[in-house]
Amino acid sequence: MPEKEMRCIICPAGCVLRLSYDADGPALLALSGADCTRGREYAEQELTDPRRTLTSTVKVRGGRFPLVSVRSAAPLPKHLLRPAIALLRDLWAEAPVEAGSVLLDDILGTGTPLLATRAVPSQAIKSAMIAL
Amino acid sequence: MEPTLKTDIAVIGGGPAGLAAAVAARAAGAERVLVLEREPVAGGILNQCIHDGFGLVRFGEALTGPEYADRFLRAAQEAEVQILTETMTLELTAERRLTALGPQGLFAAEAGAVILAMGCRERARGAIQIPGTRPAGIFTAGTAQHYLNAQNLMPGRRALILGSGDVGLIMARRLTLEGAEVLAVVEKLPYAGGLARNIAQCLEDYDIPLYLSHTVTHIEGKQRVERVTVARVDEAGREVPGTARVYACDTLILSVGLIPENELSLKAGVKLSPVTGGALVDEDLQTNVPGIFACGNALHVHDLVDYASAEAEQAARSAVAFCRGEAALPPGIPVRPAAGVRYVVPFFARPGSRPLLSLRVSAPAGPGRLVVKAGEQVLAARKFTRLLPSEMARLTPRLPVPPGAAEMEVLVSDA
Repeated sequence: MPEKEMRCIICPAGCVLRLSYDADGPALLALSGADCTRGREYAEQELTDPRRTLTSTVKVRGGRFPLVSVRSAAPLPKHLLRPAIALLRDLWAEAPVEAGSVLLDDILGTGTPLLATRAVPSQAIKSAMIAL
Repeated sequence: MEPTLKTDIAVIGGGPAGLAAAVAARAAGAERVLVLEREPVAGGILNQCIHDGFGLVRFGEALTGPEYADRFLRAAQEAEVQILTETMTLELTAERRLTALGPQGLFAAEAGAVILAMGCRERARGAIQIPGTRPAGIFTAGTAQHYLNAQNLMPGRRALILGSGDVGLIMARRLTLEGAEVLAVVEKLPYAGGLARNIAQCLEDYDIPLYLSHTVTHIEGKQRVERVTVARVDEAGREVPGTARVYACDTLILSVGLIPENELSLKAGVKLSPVTGGALVDEDLQTNVPGIFACGNALHVHDLVDYASAEAEQAARSAVAFCRGEAALPPGIPVRPAAGVRYVVPFFARPGSRPLLSLRVSAPAGPGRLVVKAGEQVLAARKFTRLLPSEMARLTPRLPVPPGAAEMEVLVSDA
């Protein structure tokens, strides 16, 4: 019965989870080290279908800022993160962009939309001053 | 200059702490609440922290930085907080008069109470003294993050990251996803500076090696960074001979610590702690200057924004009470970090109070107990399995500070 350790990434506590699992499936058989019930959910998910939320940026035309920050509405299969980022490289949003607006209906056939995480109003900043 | 603006509460800085303070001040009954924000939009550093994981404690969901900021921006709007953007506060006096420069020019304001919420700055190359040439291509992690996430500029193609603070870890992942090659993250200490979850999801997910007890010993390059030398260090932080390795790269990212921003505070006569770099506050988060309060990363560097917001709300309630002229109390007794504890905020607590203590351990500890004592009396003892210097612990003693106590102590004990 294979065993492995993983770090739960659900919350800042970062529990070290110790799993034993059935490699066929794969299926979780036993778990220790989780301080809460979300640890088990995470371990099961990570073992069978690891997913991560995609966060990145998309270029904006005519906006006050050159980029709008974006996220996938739900976590995506981990292996799709890089292809999804590549997809965003050719994507443009038109200002004004509302926070929460859908910029892509379906990321790579997952059924998960891509959402803007902030608003970008129209017009460029009048001064060229770049605030760090 | 005659004050042209009068306000009950002036909040300096419109980041997560400042916005939370402003909303809480209105909720506590302050009529006029003014936020002075240097950037074109409020929200502070959250606007460039596009990754998720914010708000897990406060909202029970993993928000991105902009989403977390947006909740407070909306709340501030609903609460009719006045936010002055593109407004740089130039001076603050002990009498709570402010001079600021905004789009309309120079102006003065007068506040019933002031809340310091300026956030923090990153330590840069100058602070850590790396030998070598001075080429382009050396960025603090936050600057690289601003280039990438706000300006659509790629900082470099082959990067090495010095320091394992959270922003550095986040940037390792971000640069990788954007097509750069991140060779390694190098940490001088024998343990990581950032959260374990960030080691897992930013480094392990992308097979980026983390070298503990290693540091950058030399930088080479004429116009641009060309090579960076990394070596192992011993327990005293000295280079171990024969362990140097040279990395060919064009970028060095520094994630080597944060320092509370307090130039304004100093001018107002606010006394700072040499350990935290923030104000020496009492249990109400009031500084040594009456009517001036501090919170968020300007007070001490937090691990989670959720706690910075909560702390700001506490400062706001105290500031509103001060404005109402609630009687000034006698000064409190010192709260001292003892065995295993690097710092404790607040620095003073009054007898009768049960102050919320925020603290960090000086080295990884546990399992053990966090103990709060006044003389021989134990005010609180809490078991923990592990505590890392990268995590802030928060603890409210079960018992109030006893009258007549000379000082309080917070320590880590084994049992």
